[in-house]
Amino acid sequence: MVKMTDLNTIDKPNWCPGCGDFGILVALKGAIIELNIEPENVAIISGIGCSGKVPHWVRTYGLHGIHGRALPVASATKLSNHELTVFAVGGDGDGYGIGMCHFIHAMRRNINMTYIVHNNMIYGLTTGQTSPTSEKGMRTKSTPSGVIEVPVNPIALAISSGATFVARSFAGDVKHLQKTIVDAVKHRGFSLVDVFQQCVSYNHINTYDWYKQRVYDLTTVGHDPADKMKAFARAQEWGDHIPIGVFYKVLTPTYEDELPQIKDVPLVKQAIDKIDVSGLMDDFV
Amino acid sequence: MNETKKNRLTWKIGGKAGEGIMATGIIFSQSCSRGGLHVYDINEYPSLIKGGHNTLQVRVEDREIFSQVRGVNILIALNKETIILHKDEIVDGGGIICDISDAIDRKELRENIRIYPIPFTDIIKEINAQAIMKNNVALGASIALVDYDFEVVVQVIKDTFKRKGASIIDENTKAAKAGYDFIKKNFKDDFEYRLEKIGEKSRMLLTGNDAICIGAIKTGCKFYSAYPMTPASSILHFMAAQERRFNIVVKHTEDEISAINMAIGAGFAGVRAMCGTSGGGFCLMTEGYGLAGMIEVPIVVILSMRPGPSTGMPTWSEQGDLKFAMSASQGDFPRPILVPGDNEECFYMTMEAFNLAEKYQTPVIVLSDKNLAESHKTTEKFDSGRISIDRGAYASPSELAASPDTTFFKRYRFTENGISPRTIPGTKKGIYSAASDEHDEEGNITELSDNRIKMMQKRARKMDALVREIKQPELKGPIDADVTVIFAGSTKGPVREAIFTLEKEGIKVNYLQITYLNPFPSEKVSNVIDSARKIVVAENNFTGQLCDIIREKTGKSIAHKILKYDGRPFYPEEIHAAIKEVVSHG
Repeated sequence: MVKMTDLNTIDKPNWCPGCGDFGILVALKGAIIELNIEPENVAIISGIGCSGKVPHWVRTYGLHGIHGRALPVASATKLSNHELTVFAVGGDGDGYGIGMCHFIHAMRRNINMTYIVHNNMIYGLTTGQTSPTSEKGMRTKSTPSGVIEVPVNPIALAISSGATFVARSFAGDVKHLQKTIVDAVKHRGFSLVDVFQQCVSYNHINTYDWYKQRVYDLTTVGHDPADKMKAFARAQEWGDHIPIGVFYKVLTPTYEDELPQIKDVPLVKQAIDKIDVSGLMDDFV
Repeated sequence: MNETKKNRLTWKIGGKAGEGIMATGIIFSQSCSRGGLHVYDINEYPSLIKGGHNTLQVRVEDREIFSQVRGVNILIALNKETIILHKDEIVDGGGIICDISDAIDRKELRENIRIYPIPFTDIIKEINAQAIMKNNVALGASIALVDYDFEVVVQVIKDTFKRKGASIIDENTKAAKAGYDFIKKNFKDDFEYRLEKIGEKSRMLLTGNDAICIGAIKTGCKFYSAYPMTPASSILHFMAAQERRFNIVVKHTEDEISAINMAIGAGFAGVRAMCGTSGGGFCLMTEGYGLAGMIEVPIVVILSMRPGPSTGMPTWSEQGDLKFAMSASQGDFPRPILVPGDNEECFYMTMEAFNLAEKYQTPVIVLSDKNLAESHKTTEKFDSGRISIDRGAYASPSELAASPDTTFFKRYRFTENGISPRTIPGTKKGIYSAASDEHDEEGNITELSDNRIKMMQKRARKMDALVREIKQPELKGPIDADVTVIFAGSTKGPVREAIFTLEKEGIKVNYLQITYLNPFPSEKVSNVIDSARKIVVAENNFTGQLCDIIREKTGKSIAHKILKYDGRPFYPEEIHAAIKEVVSHG
């Protein structure tokens, strides 16, 4: 059985005290333990930002790459060794800003992996600029007169882009978050877990209390995640009541399912020392 | 007949894009290659799909040839524009095959150029074929003109269209035969330039991109990611076509940023991974290229150059990214760059690139250009056993056993040669986290001065080890040469052809081909410059980037530069003339 001590690292998280990232880290580790996946069979791939540091504080394989590019790296890691459990981790700036293009295309592909987005509606590590999920009118260092754009709706976007498991959770509710991550990993296909998370240093509007007062669990209203149109409708809810939980879930073939070349053996386990290209050369004679 | 006019000619076809210019040209090239002749072809086409002016020029000889030459013996003009644009390229005694309605006034042609007007429309109607078959009628006509074995052409048509079925094969063959018969029936058999079969099929006819792909597949490339971009696109097409035959995952990504990051994800997971692009795409890849350098993940990047800046001339050739490749991405890290000059080198150096990438755990660039990427050349089959696979250093079982369960594995251990034995996900006790931030031996982020210095030196030591491993370039040709030519990449072909001619004129020339831009063979180049009578550097770019690199690495300036930057590769005649000029005045 995998234990918390197996996943602990010597280095300790250096996020700001009170940061929502701590809750996400605990839930992620808890999910790995609950799912009982050996740490060497887990790969956590991140981009840049406060969220990007997650791979350093979970003792599994990890790759802390460059800004916005966690999904392409994670996708190829999964395709190269589909026996691994692969997580991509990012923030709202990383995933919905600079990495938006990859976000949409990764969902279209439906590779069996889990994408956790630390969504605090602000840029934290660069000290407080607007993010793609910042609300219209929010004053930040880069928008002193208020944000002019409307925010991205990652849930609605994911439902329409082909993600087969679309969920939202809250870093302040670790139990809910852990369960959501477990369900996301168990789902065969691309899973998005958008996580509301307070940034105690730079977002003084969308605070822990702000989220706490607003979120309600979709299971309490009898939401059916198989109903795509209802999922869309729930994704539009914003304001005093904001849903968390699984919005949408559907089982379709994964990208890997469509690749006969990895049906029997993962790419990484295929022998390469005796590849015969004589027939290939004959094609050119 | 005059022996100099047998098995020595250039055949050129021109017309609008979409008229089957390339397809017809390849059938001609392949037909010659299958008859034991040597072929080198070069295409010119604009960046559009229908219309515009396209040509394919095929040079055929009975000895090995390395590039195109000036002078066309047969011009197939599928439209009038082709005649007007290319009539002056035709040599004395050469001929034009064209539609009867396009045939221009004799007075507009030099006296000793022949014209063979063909009623394409009538012939097509007669054989009940589609209008597009005009190209095959013309092909058949040209075969009749040079009196080549038509049966070889029939077989090539059969093989080319085998997937399209018997009726397509039949239509193409009928059209070619009709053109062949028309010439035989209506014209005297007195065309001076002839082709004759001298052997059986044995050599391949392929491009540099084809050779790169065969090399990559042979050496175990299991993941290829790319976004389409001329002149690297045909690598994507080739790899995609072969993905199920050789169990390769090929991904056409959303952009080049994704392409290189996917290659990194695959390399991290432990498979041999490659991505490919041209300059503009490589601009997008540079951040990922640095990531691979920082986290020491092996990947191979094919950078196939075309004229820049920006979109530049998308379908033309240049060697203008030398300095870009050498310093792409921020910071200092080992950036091996291999520069093949012909098909054989594309094959072997791609295999070598994968070995170097894994052995030194760093991204390796194979630098090519459109001329090499897309020109077909008859090539002996590669010796696929020549380069064995070297997967580099992996952590040994005892090393893994000694690794504590409470920390990360020392994936970036400080070692003498800078190479730290790696682990891949799935390996028990090999767990580590790769960081794009500066990190310690375990991959933990640290900004400490002492660690930074040690880690920079560790990565740099890999390059020192690499310098000791790579083969120094050899000076080829007479040691007491009047002139020494230095070049890199596909300029090799025209340089060799120019030397061939100069030798016959009594001018002794030798050459030094730069096959590694990085690590640069500074000592060898320096010695060659010191001992040469005269040094000439030939390169396809505006500023003389190779000359700059030579100066940076050796402190020596190059007096004689042959620079060409109009999007066309060198013709041997240009290098020949420039060298003669240097010999007589330089």
